[in-house]
Amino acid sequence: MQLTNRKVVVSNKEQSFAERLYLPAIAKGMIITASHLFKKPPTIMYPEKKRPIAPVYRGQHVLKRDENGAERCTSCGMCAVACPAEAITMTSGERKKGEEHLYREEKYAATYEIDMLRCIFCGLCEEACPKEAIFLTDRLVDAQFERKDFIYGKDKLVEKIDARIDVTKRQTQAVLDFKKLPGLKHNELFDAKKLNKGHKH
Amino acid sequence: MKVTIDGIEIDVPKGTTILQAARMIGAEVAPPTMCYYSSLKTSGGYCRTCIVKVTQGSTANPTPMPKPVASCRTEVMDGMVVENTINKDVLEARKGVVEFLLMNHPLDCPVCDQAGECHLQDLGYEHGAATTRYEFPRREFEKIDIGKYVQLHMTRCIMCFRCVKVAEQLTDNRVHGVMHRGDAAEISTYIENVIENDFSGNVIDVCPVGALTDKTFRFKSRVWFTKPVDATCDCKKCSGKVRLWMKGEEVLRVTARKDQWGEAEEFICNTCRFERKNTSDWKTEGPSPIHKSSVISQNHYENLNELKVKIMKQQKALGFTPFDKRP
Repeated sequence: MQLTNRKVVVSNKEQSFAERLYLPAIAKGMIITASHLFKKPPTIMYPEKKRPIAPVYRGQHVLKRDENGAERCTSCGMCAVACPAEAITMTSGERKKGEEHLYREEKYAATYEIDMLRCIFCGLCEEACPKEAIFLTDRLVDAQFERKDFIYGKDKLVEKIDARIDVTKRQTQAVLDFKKLPGLKHNELFDAKKLNKGHKH
Repeated sequence: MKVTIDGIEIDVPKGTTILQAARMIGAEVAPPTMCYYSSLKTSGGYCRTCIVKVTQGSTANPTPMPKPVASCRTEVMDGMVVENTINKDVLEARKGVVEFLLMNHPLDCPVCDQAGECHLQDLGYEHGAATTRYEFPRREFEKIDIGKYVQLHMTRCIMCFRCVKVAEQLTDNRVHGVMHRGDAAEISTYIENVIENDFSGNVIDVCPVGALTDKTFRFKSRVWFTKPVDATCDCKKCSGKVRLWMKGEEVLRVTARKDQWGEAEEFICNTCRFERKNTSDWKTEGPSPIHKSSVISQNHYENLNELKVKIMKQQKALGFTPFDKRP
């Protein structure tokens, strides 16, 4: 079976005198090397310089908080079941009284782990999320010395209250349009008073 | 009696309902049900999901019935012709029924423990519209505690009355029921009575939505991360034939075995359901059959061999020689 036409038959024929001198070949190599001195280098001096990345670049994940600082994730498991690499695991907890400012809903993720070595950064978790809780960002996953350090828990994934991460670029028009639909206020907390005001009979 | 459903003829004994006849033919023509439960007497007739069109009443009187009828409560006549999935009007009417059922149903599937095995989810997915037109606040109830085993979420209830029938027909002293009327109707125990009867746990299995769920399983895991295994035990109170929902070696939940219509094959007692949560309590029979369209079958690889055989058959039909069989 032939896959490409780049096949070369190896021969053991003896080298000619010119070839055995090696000097012409060395000179040829030196010319190529020297020509590179005058060319633009293809590498850049990372981390002082960084390459431009696409606006929808898929890097390290973030677990978002809502405008009041409560965690949006409700541990529904959609991201984990959508994940083709099976990189996401979680356990759930029940919100107690007085924790409303910490967790948005009755149920929350007590632990939430992503194995960054398994993750293929496909973005399906973000697509599956019904609560707009998980997003991929333009940050890179840091290098580590130990494999266990690549398992990111909530400490690394949940955004800090004082250092919010902007994900507006990753909220597609389809998502924004979906949010505008009346009755599909999945993104707002249930507020009976507010709704009653809007509908006076 | 001869009856034709969606163009398929079947002979059924007198007194059979259209729904039972359709189920005899198979899942393709059987209408979906939310309140009917074959093992509970007088169940059905509330939800209207099983409506069908009768285009010919009988051989003796071939006039069609004027409106769609509830197939769970209508008995067949000789020569009756019924249309279910092939009639556009029926599907449109059913879509309306689903819209009514979802009107007051909260969209809290991400929090609900029933998600993944919820009949209303399946129904909405198959027959409902993707959006809602309802803009008013959904009904809300004061939370009541109905015991240490069963969790009640009244907002999710669709008023199917199945749990009331279970309490009436299976246990000897019913302490819960439906109170108030219309929009304000709710399942309650009156003055916070606690449900504790040996077979009261079965209300969880018959509930088509997440209104009655297992408190011992509350928020433990999503259904599709657990692995269903059929198991038995020597139980004095019930048959002991159950389905264990395992995660690793841990038994997270015990339920009755469900048949292809989502109905419990045999009701089980509370001891089996809530107390026996060790693998040593059970004799396992093997993995439970789960339909491949169910989310529960996600990330399960029991059927891998079956799949291999299927692929090999396809390859053989195409004249493809497997790599290991090549010269």
